[in-house]
Amino acid sequence: MDDQPAIRIADARKLYGSGEAAVRALDGVSLDILNGEFFTLLGPSGCGKTTLLRLIAGFETPTEGRIHIAGADVSDDPPNRRPVNTVFQSYALFPHMSVRRNIAFGLEMLGRQRGEIAETVERMIALVQLSDMAERTPTQLSGGQQQRVALARALAPKPKVLLLDEPLSALDLKLRKEMQLELKRLQHETGITFVFVTHDQEEALTMSDRIGVMRGGRLLQVGSPREIYNHPADRFVADFIGETNFLSARVEAEAVVLQNGARVPLASTRTPGSMVTLAVRPEQVQLRPDGPIAATVRQVVYSGTDTHCYAALSDGTQIVARLQNPPSGEVGLQAGEAIRIGFAEDAVQMLDD
Amino acid sequence: MAAPPRSPARTSWLLSTPALLLLIFGAAGPLLIVLVYAFLEPGEYSGVVWQFTTEAWFRVFFERDIFDGTVSPADAHLTIFWRSLELSVLTTLTTFVIGLPMAWFIATRPANQRAIWLFLITIPFWTNLLIRTFAIMEVIRNQGILNSLLIRLGVISDPIQILYTETAVLIGMAYVYLPLMVLPLFAAIDRFDFRLLEAGYDLYASRWQVLRRIVLPIVRPGIVAGSILVFVPSLGAYVTPRILGGGKNMMIGNFIELQFGQGRNWPLGAALSLILLAIVLIALLIYVRVTTREDSRHG
Repeated sequence: MDDQPAIRIADARKLYGSGEAAVRALDGVSLDILNGEFFTLLGPSGCGKTTLLRLIAGFETPTEGRIHIAGADVSDDPPNRRPVNTVFQSYALFPHMSVRRNIAFGLEMLGRQRGEIAETVERMIALVQLSDMAERTPTQLSGGQQQRVALARALAPKPKVLLLDEPLSALDLKLRKEMQLELKRLQHETGITFVFVTHDQEEALTMSDRIGVMRGGRLLQVGSPREIYNHPADRFVADFIGETNFLSARVEAEAVVLQNGARVPLASTRTPGSMVTLAVRPEQVQLRPDGPIAATVRQVVYSGTDTHCYAALSDGTQIVARLQNPPSGEVGLQAGEAIRIGFAEDAVQMLDD
Repeated sequence: MAAPPRSPARTSWLLSTPALLLLIFGAAGPLLIVLVYAFLEPGEYSGVVWQFTTEAWFRVFFERDIFDGTVSPADAHLTIFWRSLELSVLTTLTTFVIGLPMAWFIATRPANQRAIWLFLITIPFWTNLLIRTFAIMEVIRNQGILNSLLIRLGVISDPIQILYTETAVLIGMAYVYLPLMVLPLFAAIDRFDFRLLEAGYDLYASRWQVLRRIVLPIVRPGIVAGSILVFVPSLGAYVTPRILGGGKNMMIGNFIELQFGQGRNWPLGAALSLILLAIVLIALLIYVRVTTREDSRHG
């Protein structure tokens, strides 16, 4: 039964309140999360990603729809009967218990043998590298250490799925980077399916096998980080993940025409005359003398590895180019300078308006 | 010319002088008098005769027959002590069982409603204890509200005798001391992080396990404080057992009062007071010992 998805969500809806005033926290989400996958739910706050996670954990019941975990319908089961464990955003460690007892808690509640509990707890403590801290209470630990305890506590019962609710948001940048790698390592070593919730697109891109982008209670796109980044399904996804230039254009045979009249050669299957939006990543924008688009440099911003060149087309449309810095660190551009811009055909994503 | 700065130690001594004086004259002084009186002979009509004797202590535990001088254990005294202890423990348990859900309820209300609930809890404090006790009497007496209602509903045909029983004393004390349990419990639950409940359920704990393993240990300081606040005055209760218990369900407080009044035996009253004090101290010691052992086991 390995091909069975770890989690199957079938048309889940969640309404808060009723009638006209009801808030649609989830508006018809269907999703399969595969076994052993690192799956990330990504979206701005209020998009429904945490609601979806709480639905899987059992803290919320869906207004409509079913939830299956490892092939079994758990929609009506309380959280303590679902084979999932959660790493909470606030960690929610038990303040009156030592690290060791926190980690043992789930196993004790499952009624495991003493010996087995002790053995598993020791393994977990070693796994998250807290051997020196096992007798401390959570208040005696730093944020990063508490994070590790929360992870070990949730992993100890060996759940089918580990749910992580923005677990890194309280950590500073350096620690967050460390914990990102740590999480990947733990996922790799345990082979447990991870469902990770975040609003940080960079975090999602670096850690996930697949990402589900959410907005307004809906799942907009599900795909690998590469797919999501290079082929965003719509303008929102393109804009939310990474920086993107948006250019309105009209389709013609073998080309599109921008609003300022510039003609860009671009093959398309769309009907001539229809309006589209071109999405181009800043790093794909090329400055070259034969480029089809004329622009004026407005601002040049040096940022270490790259230089961001902010330019404007003749109709005022803004466009950003990210240029890799040469060894001299000087890209040789100045505000007010006239430039020509182009991009490779496969670097352009054509989105319907 | 600036005054030389006073040392912090001296300043704090000066500041605590009023409190110290109050303690010396209000607590240590009377206690000393009680201690001295317990070793004197009773006066003919009241008061004491300045003659050293341990007769009062003997009389606490033994009775001497007036005619033949034979000595027998003072069973009646032991009964009173035992009843006081039993009723105080039961009162503490009752207020806890009722007070915990109450405090939980208040702590989980929206912030703007909590003040109203807490206000309602404290209102009885503004009313005289005697009046509150008579109100309870009105409820539980044979022709009172409770019995009338039960007879009207056909649950019973004859009134249940509650008034002038130990049950009546228990009901009265539980009612009077309930706020003393609810307030510290509320303070503890108010600080409780309710997200821990979800963590507990997530880790396969049942409702009962969450209560026992997570909620109760964390709010324990409130339970300890509430229990002490209820147990100590219960043990010395005087008005409630007197009115609701009638003459025959005496508690230590009433018995002590008797010695200073009709009994005209001040030394015996003083000795009994000291024993009450000792019981309270021992009970507190046991309680603290038990709860801290629990703590180290969980820590």
